[in-house]
Amino acid sequence: MNVLSEAWRYLREGDNWTGAGGMANLLNQQLLLTITALAMALAIGLPIALWLGHLGRGGFLAINVSNVGRAVPTFALLALLVVAEWPGTQSFGPYGRAGLATLIALTLFALPPIITNAYVAVREVPPDVRESARGMGMTGPQQFFRVELPLAMPLVMSGVRLALVQVWATATIAALVAGPGLGRVITDGFFRSNYGKGIAGAIVVALVALVLELLAAGVQRLVDPTRRGGSSPNREVGMSVGTPTVDQPADAVG
Amino acid sequence: MTLLAEAGTQVLTSAAGPSCYSRLTNEWICGQYLTDRKQEIIDATVQHIWITVVSVLVGLVIAFPLALLARRLPRLESLILGITTGIYTIPSLALFPLMVPFTGLTSTTVVLGLALYALTILVRSLLEGFRSVPDEVVESATGLGYSRKKLLFRIELPLALPVVMAGLRVATVSTVALTTVGSLVAYGGLGNLIKDGVSTNFRAELLTASVICVLLAVLLDVALVGAQRVMTPWTRRVRA
Repeated sequence: MNVLSEAWRYLREGDNWTGAGGMANLLNQQLLLTITALAMALAIGLPIALWLGHLGRGGFLAINVSNVGRAVPTFALLALLVVAEWPGTQSFGPYGRAGLATLIALTLFALPPIITNAYVAVREVPPDVRESARGMGMTGPQQFFRVELPLAMPLVMSGVRLALVQVWATATIAALVAGPGLGRVITDGFFRSNYGKGIAGAIVVALVALVLELLAAGVQRLVDPTRRGGSSPNREVGMSVGTPTVDQPADAVG
Repeated sequence: MTLLAEAGTQVLTSAAGPSCYSRLTNEWICGQYLTDRKQEIIDATVQHIWITVVSVLVGLVIAFPLALLARRLPRLESLILGITTGIYTIPSLALFPLMVPFTGLTSTTVVLGLALYALTILVRSLLEGFRSVPDEVVESATGLGYSRKKLLFRIELPLALPVVMAGLRVATVSTVALTTVGSLVAYGGLGNLIKDGVSTNFRAELLTASVICVLLAVLLDVALVGAQRVMTPWTRRVRA
């Protein structure tokens, strides 16, 4: 495993981390790309998906967008954007060369998991809960913000978590069109037959992916309202207790 | 070199009217490209198909015993699911280099890498499929004296098929898309054409390869839906 020791040597050398093309810089670039693309996808996808879920319509659209999205290779999409006149290979702020093209491709890539999960999450709120909320005289927005959204939160978050890790992983592909991010280390290593470098880059990318996954799992646990009351055995109890907004109007009516 | 290229474009433009690919005209849609580079496109498509199909099959072959193991030993279930999910978080562009020390710059690297990704989806859907088999069906089969093996292959597996096939469709479609990344080690099927299109700024090649890629995903998906209908005739009878 000569290549692995070469990779280790590459990782230990400080020079490889610093500077404009250093791994620290590329790591920042890729994190920035990931977070921006995810934020943009959330801003576009979540309102639409949650609204469709609330109405109970457009499920066909939400699910099919996801399926078609999966069939389009991100690499192909990115390549098309880079070769097109706009956005092309122009550098975009701190994102580097082909930054805008990469951002657009990644945002489109992040949409399917967010939309599908958010839609399904709102749809899967038990109908009896929904009906009792309506029976208590809640208006549409009240029903949505006080009942459906809190109950849908865990599943919505799992979609966001999936999107985060997938966007990070896919952002490396930008390097195949000489774009920004840590993938550059991998492709440079390969094209110059410096496999140690390529593998060093791969190790860093994979490690950060695992860290992001763990962080996202932690956040997901934090925002899950059904876990606040206790562990899973009394999950059902926790669900009704965990939504005090349902109880308060009930008192008022009674 | 430049002289030759210029002469080439002149010959092309004068011979066949406005050719849609050359250094000067670089159009997205170009029928001339399709006829001129027919063999190249077919080769790339064939490579793409076999890499995808072999990867998904290898994934299925590994996933099946893992799913059976996870079902029999519940303690192993979270471990198996955890490991396969962990693999899924490794970016494809990183997974291929990580495998190169073991498999070299061969198609094995791509096939095994893609099989590992398919594994995540397939193990989950196999387990879900087995879970979807009604308990009373299993009980009556056991009461009829079915052995464990016969129960699995005659009752549980066929009944799990709709759920498993749904997972297989997802795995296949995403594998078609991921295969393009294999161009990193020169085994990316249509991805090789896309990579070449980017480096030479060749729009017709790029768009053609991308469109074929999406068409392949749709065609394989339709083929799997057809296979599912043939293999599970009872689901149709119930609905009718």
